[in-house]
Amino acid sequence: MGALSIRNVTRHYGTVQILKGIDIEVDAGEFLILVGPSGCGKSTLLNIIAGLDTPTSGTVHIAGRDVTRALPKDRDIAMVFQSYALYPNMNVAQNIAFGLEMRNVPKPEREAAIARVSKMLQIEHLLDRKPGQLSGGQRQRVAMGRALARDPTLFLFDEPLSNLDAKLRVEMRAEIKHLHHKAQVTTVYVTHDQVEAMTLGDHIAVMKGGMIEQLGSPDDIYSRPATRFVAEFIGSPAMNIVAGAPAANGYASHGVALDLSERQRSELGAPRGDGILYGLRPEALSFAGAGLPGTISLLEPTGPETYALVDTPMGKLMARVPGKVHQQLGENVFLRWQADDAHLFDAKTERRIG
Amino acid sequence: MSAPTAAVHGPAWHRWVLWSLLLLFAAFFLLPFYVMVTTSLKDMAQIREGNLLSLPTAPTAAAWLKAWSTACTGIDCGGLRPFFVNSVLMVVPAVLVSTALGAINGYVLSKWRFPGSELMFALILFGMFMPFQVVLLPMSQVLGWFGIASSIWGLILVHIVAGLPSTALFFRNYYVGLPDELIRAAMLDGAGFWRIFWRIVLPLSTPIMVVTLIWQFTQIWNDFLFGVVFSGAASKPVTVGLNNLANTSSAVKEYNVDMAAALIAGLPTLIVYVLAGKYFVRGLTAGAVKG
Repeated sequence: MGALSIRNVTRHYGTVQILKGIDIEVDAGEFLILVGPSGCGKSTLLNIIAGLDTPTSGTVHIAGRDVTRALPKDRDIAMVFQSYALYPNMNVAQNIAFGLEMRNVPKPEREAAIARVSKMLQIEHLLDRKPGQLSGGQRQRVAMGRALARDPTLFLFDEPLSNLDAKLRVEMRAEIKHLHHKAQVTTVYVTHDQVEAMTLGDHIAVMKGGMIEQLGSPDDIYSRPATRFVAEFIGSPAMNIVAGAPAANGYASHGVALDLSERQRSELGAPRGDGILYGLRPEALSFAGAGLPGTISLLEPTGPETYALVDTPMGKLMARVPGKVHQQLGENVFLRWQADDAHLFDAKTERRIG
Repeated sequence: MSAPTAAVHGPAWHRWVLWSLLLLFAAFFLLPFYVMVTTSLKDMAQIREGNLLSLPTAPTAAAWLKAWSTACTGIDCGGLRPFFVNSVLMVVPAVLVSTALGAINGYVLSKWRFPGSELMFALILFGMFMPFQVVLLPMSQVLGWFGIASSIWGLILVHIVAGLPSTALFFRNYYVGLPDELIRAAMLDGAGFWRIFWRIVLPLSTPIMVVTLIWQFTQIWNDFLFGVVFSGAASKPVTVGLNNLANTSSAVKEYNVDMAAALIAGLPTLIVYVLAGKYFVRGLTAGAVKG
């Protein structure tokens, strides 16, 4: 049974279409990521799930119940906000128990919930403090504690880590994953950070312009991006994409024939007049003794690997090379890749071929 | 920001001039108050000597006592006391109710917007700029319909209505600074309109609450127009009483009694400001409440 199902949901503000027909099914215990650039509608969709916004058309079901018109408090959900939204006038314990208090849960049970949650999140020593006296990471924990205390059927996260510094973000990311593993509560998590999307999600919905571009497992999304947008949005540095025009024996980009495997040739079928888009992940490219010649125009060492931007006849290609690069800026190198590593998209529809 | 630093750390004579000027202005503005206080403590004999700035040679509270309880206002000679009592009876409910309604209005207009709420706010604001003389006649008609004309209840109602635009504006602008996510979080936690107001919003309102209370107290206590137009014989506020007292002609103009009466009429707002003034300044400059 679906824990959450979103059926043909649209949302218009006047003539502006924020959501243009969203369909998502989430299984119980699943961790779903909504990811996309700002303005793609992911936060609106989350608000519709939470009941803080209503869809123009379509329905939302939580645990098999139609909640499209239900109030937020009647949906059995809990949400962690980007700004944490802790009540400044209450201490940590009161913040955590507020939702239970509003639901008339007796005091002993509230105390038990506070104890359970604060132990789980290791915030027992902070219970008497006001939110103003906490650090960013502590506030984040309290916000999660407030959500956990109620034992909801559905967890919503709205970019919860974007206000933290880089180190804390990595820590809290791991913590959220750990918590989800332990509690197994169905979760919808909105982010614009593709690393969060890839590391946390069981499934990822990549959104753009009010539509879902692709919904799949992180591996699907990364290995078989459905559209050029998904291919470029997920993965850092972004996938190299060059346009290939029809040529004598297949396709060529700026006169350079594009390597294609047998499988790819059969998937491509008859020559396409509009040509194709030929995508290569930076890690698919490696330096070699022979191959596509080019000059290094930029080197970005990150420590474990180096990003090298190489100026080739096909255009600038980003290569991701393990370890240090001993070549210098301006030096000539050759790039090589396996034809099967290339992602092919229709030049016109920008959809995946094969 | 080099200029202010230079002024603070400038040459010594610089600060000397600054302080002298400040003291001079302070003295200039305090002078009337000084004259009022000293005159109210003098007896008529010393006042007749004509030295306005001299200290009282034999300070006496006689003028204060007379102004409070026996000075004549028209044909009544009961001093300011009944008027003062009227003012208190009027000001306390009017301030509390107008502030409470302003808080609720501000809460709705900032956190529970509905189609047309911005227009509603604009119309409410319009009330702040309307000359009150315009509403005198319709208002007295309305008070007549309600059967509370010439009573303290009528005055209370008038002051509540007249104060609403400013109290709503104060609270609305303050609540706009409260993060919307707080309200949403409370909604998800299961709190409704009033519970969010009581448990989350109101406890965060202390600064603006103090500002509004002081503002409304000062406005209503010092009001003369409504007091003179809408009050009856038994419901005149202290401002009207003071006017009558000062205008009641007798053989001798008792300046000391007039001064004492003016001080009695003005003292409550002064005390309120001195006690809560720091909140007033703080509240006017307070920005968003950061969690």
